[in-house]
Amino acid sequence: MFLIALGFLAPALVLLAGLVLYPILYTVVRSFFSADGGAFVGWDNYVTMFTNDSTFTAIRNNVIWVLVAPVACTVLGLLFAVLLEKIKWSTAFKLIIFMPMAISMLAAGVIFRGMFQESPNLGVVNAAVVAVNSAFGGGDAAYPGANPRTDVGLINDGGVIASEAAVGAGTEVNFPLVGVRADNVPASAAQAESADTASADQITGTVWLDVVIGGGGTNGQIDDGKTGLPGIRVDAVDASGTIAATTETDAAGRYVLAGLGTETYRIALPASNFDEGYQGVSWLSSGLITAVIILSYIWIWAGFAMVMIASGLSAIDRSLQEAARMDGANEWKVFSRITAPLLAPVLIVVFVTLIINVLKIFDLVYVIPPGASKPAANVIAVEMWTVSFGGGSNQGLGSALAILLLILVLPSMIINVRKFRQERKS
Amino acid sequence: MRSTTHHRLFTPLAGAGILALTLAGCSSGTTDAAGSGEFTGDTLEVSAAWSGAEQANFEAVLAAFEEQSGATVNYTSFGDNAATTLGTQIEGGSPPNVAMLAQPALMDQLAADGNLQPLSEAASAAVAENYSQSWVDLGTSDGTQYGVWFKASNKSTMWYNADLYDSAGAAAPADWDDFLAQLQLVADSGYAGISIGADVGWPLTDWFENVYLQTAGGEMYDQLTNHEIPWTDPSVTVALDALATLWGNDALVQSGAAQRTFPESVTEVFGAAPQAATIYEGDFVAGNITDDGNSVVGENALFFDFPSVNGSAPAVVGGGDVAVSFTDDAATDALMQFLASPEAAEVWVPEGGLTSPNNNVDTALYPDETSRQIAEALTGAETFRFDMSDLTPSAFGGTPGQGFWQIMIQFLQDPSDVAGTQQALEDAAAAAYVD
Repeated sequence: MFLIALGFLAPALVLLAGLVLYPILYTVVRSFFSADGGAFVGWDNYVTMFTNDSTFTAIRNNVIWVLVAPVACTVLGLLFAVLLEKIKWSTAFKLIIFMPMAISMLAAGVIFRGMFQESPNLGVVNAAVVAVNSAFGGGDAAYPGANPRTDVGLINDGGVIASEAAVGAGTEVNFPLVGVRADNVPASAAQAESADTASADQITGTVWLDVVIGGGGTNGQIDDGKTGLPGIRVDAVDASGTIAATTETDAAGRYVLAGLGTETYRIALPASNFDEGYQGVSWLSSGLITAVIILSYIWIWAGFAMVMIASGLSAIDRSLQEAARMDGANEWKVFSRITAPLLAPVLIVVFVTLIINVLKIFDLVYVIPPGASKPAANVIAVEMWTVSFGGGSNQGLGSALAILLLILVLPSMIINVRKFRQERKS
Repeated sequence: MRSTTHHRLFTPLAGAGILALTLAGCSSGTTDAAGSGEFTGDTLEVSAAWSGAEQANFEAVLAAFEEQSGATVNYTSFGDNAATTLGTQIEGGSPPNVAMLAQPALMDQLAADGNLQPLSEAASAAVAENYSQSWVDLGTSDGTQYGVWFKASNKSTMWYNADLYDSAGAAAPADWDDFLAQLQLVADSGYAGISIGADVGWPLTDWFENVYLQTAGGEMYDQLTNHEIPWTDPSVTVALDALATLWGNDALVQSGAAQRTFPESVTEVFGAAPQAATIYEGDFVAGNITDDGNSVVGENALFFDFPSVNGSAPAVVGGGDVAVSFTDDAATDALMQFLASPEAAEVWVPEGGLTSPNNNVDTALYPDETSRQIAEALTGAETFRFDMSDLTPSAFGGTPGQGFWQIMIQFLQDPSDVAGTQQALEDAAAAAYVD
C-alpha cells in the first residue's frame, strides 16, 4: 500500500526535489562561497549584504513597498468591490479595473515610464500638469530663457534682468541679451538701433539680441545683424522698490522711460518677459521614483484585489446586512460593522498574497527607473539579479540575497498555508 | 566586457546587428578562388564575430589572400560568443588557424594559457612597419607579440550639428578651453551647447577616459586601468576638475541629462527639432544619426576630435578587433603577414564599415570624408588606448547602477565633489579588483 502511494507520488516528489528543494539547498551552500565559487568565505556575503549601501537601500525600499503597496491595493480593491456592487454596468467597470492584470508587468512598466517622462513633450502626466498650469496663464513669455550678456553691468536676479548699478535720469542703459533663439524673435523685430539721447527726466536705452546669425560682431555692442527685441516691458525701480515708470520696447528694441525725478533708479526687465513656464515635475528622479513604481503596481494589482474581494462579497449572507439596515444602521455602519468583518478571511488572503508578491517585486523596478535613479529605486530582487548576473558576477552575494528574500517571504507563506488548511477543515 | 558590448547594442542599428548575428551565427562561407601560389592545397580556418555585410567584406579580404597565396580559406562567424566558441574548439583540439578577437583581455587569457602562437619575425616586422607603437603594445601580452590589429573604432569624436554651429558662428575648437568658448557661442544663440545622455553611465565613463588619457597620458592610463594607482591619485583629480568645467556649467549642458537615454541625446542634437548642438561619443554615433534620419552625416552632421585638454598631444580612446593565430605553420604565418599589410585593409576600406589602424593604408580609399577623418584621427593619434571600462572587471566598469557607471552619473549631477567622487571610485574599484 505504502509502495503504491509512493509510486503515485514519485513523479511529483522528483519534480519538487529537482526544481524546488535542490535549488534552495544549492543556493544556501553557494551563499557561503566567494564570487567565483572557489573559496569558502563563511558569513562574509551576509555581512557584505547588510553593510553595503546599495543593498541597504534595497532592503529599506522593500520595507516601504511592504508597508504601502499591499494596504493600498487591498483598500482600493475593497472600495471598488463594495461600491461597484451598487451601480449598474458594474461588470463593465470591474472589467476595466481588472484589465491591467492582463498586461505583462514588463509592458506596464514601459507604459508607466513613458507616462512619467520628464519632458512634457514625451510624458503625458507632465503634459497634463503643464497644460493645467498654462491654462492659468503660466509660460506665455515672449522670450523664454533669455540671459544678459556677461560683464556688461547686468545681472539676472531670479529671472529679472536688471542693471547692477542705479542710475539717474538723463542716462542711457542698454540690455544686450543672449540665449534667445532667432526663431523666437517676432517678425516685427528690426535691426537694433541706439536710443535717442535722454532728456533730463528720461532714461533711454535699447534691448537687443546680442548675437549675429552666423557669428561675428562685438559682444555688448549694437552691430549690423543684431535685432532689437520688441515688446519687452522695462521698469524703472526706485530705491524703495516701487516702479516709478514703465514702458515697452519698440521694433528696434528702443525704450524711453519718461517723467522721472532726481533720484537714482535701477532699470529692470521683469521676469514675465523671460519666464520659461512651468516645466512639470521630475517624476522619475531619485526622490519620487519609488512612489511612481508603487503607483504602477497598485494600478495593476488593485484589480486583482477587487475581483477576489467581490467574490467573497457575493458569498456572504445578505440577510445580516438587511437586518442591520432594519435596525437603523447607516451605510457606513453596515459596511464597517457587518460587511468588513464578514469579509475578513478574504481580505487576509488577499493581503498576505500581495505581501508575498510585493517582497519579490522585480520587473517594474527593473523597467521603470532611468539609470540615474536606479539605485534609489533598488529592491532586493533587483539587487540580487544585478550582483549575480547584471554585471556584478558575484553569485555568492546574489545567493545570500536570495536566501534573505526567501526568509522574508516564509512567514507570509506559512500564514497563507495555515489559512487554507483551516478553511478546508471548517 | 561583454555587458559593455550589450549596452552598445541597445542602439537600434546594433539591435539589428544582433538579429543578424543570431541568424547568421553558424553560417560559414568558402571562397574558392584556387590560385597558384606557394600554399596551393593548404586550407585555413578563420573565425571572427562579423556576419552580414561585414562578413562579405572580410571574405573579400580573404579572397585576396587566396589569390595571392593559393591557399583555401574558410570563414566562420562565432557571433558574440568568441570566448565560448574558441574555448570549445581549443578543448576539442581543433582551433581555427586565425581568429579575430574584440577583447584584449581574451587575447591575454588565451596567450597565458599557451593557446596562441607568437608572431613570426616576418609578421612582427610587418606590424612594426605599418602600425604605431600603441597598436604594437596592444597586440603584445606579457612581452610576447601575438596580435595584428585589423579593425579599429574611434571613441574620441565630438559630433556637432553644423547648422546650429553655423548660425551661432561657432567652429570646431582648437582645445578644451576653446571648446567651452564655442559651446558658449551656441548657448548665446539660444540652444544648449551640448547634450549628454546619462540615463546609463557608459557615455560618461567614455568622457572621463578621453579626458584622463589626455591629461595623464598613456602610461598612467594603463596603471589606472589595472588599478596599480588608486583612483584617489592626483592625476584623476586633474581629469575630474577638467570635466567639471564643462559638466558644472548649466549654461552649456542641456538640462535633464540624467533622464535622457543615449539615443535620445542624439535626437536632441540631430533630430527634427534640435535643442542642443553637440554630442560626444564614438564613431558609431554616425549610425544613430542615420537611424534618426533628420540629419545627414558628412553634410550637417559633422565631428571634430575630442579637444586637447591642457595642451596634450592627440590621443584616441577606442576599440577594435585583433587577429591572433593558433597554429604554427607557414600558411597561417603568411595570412598573419597579409593581415598586417595595408593591401589587406585596402580591400575592405572602400566598401565602408572598416576603420583600419594600419598607418600605411591609403586614406584616399575611404568611401566618404567622415570615415576618412575618423581613420586619420585614429592613425594620427600619438596615443591610442582601449576603452578603460571594457578592460576593468565588469563589477566595476560594466554594471548598470553601480561602480564606475553610477559614480560618473552622480558626478555629472554634482560636479563640485571631486574628492568624494574619487573616494567612491576607489572604494568601488577596491571591491571589484579581487584576485
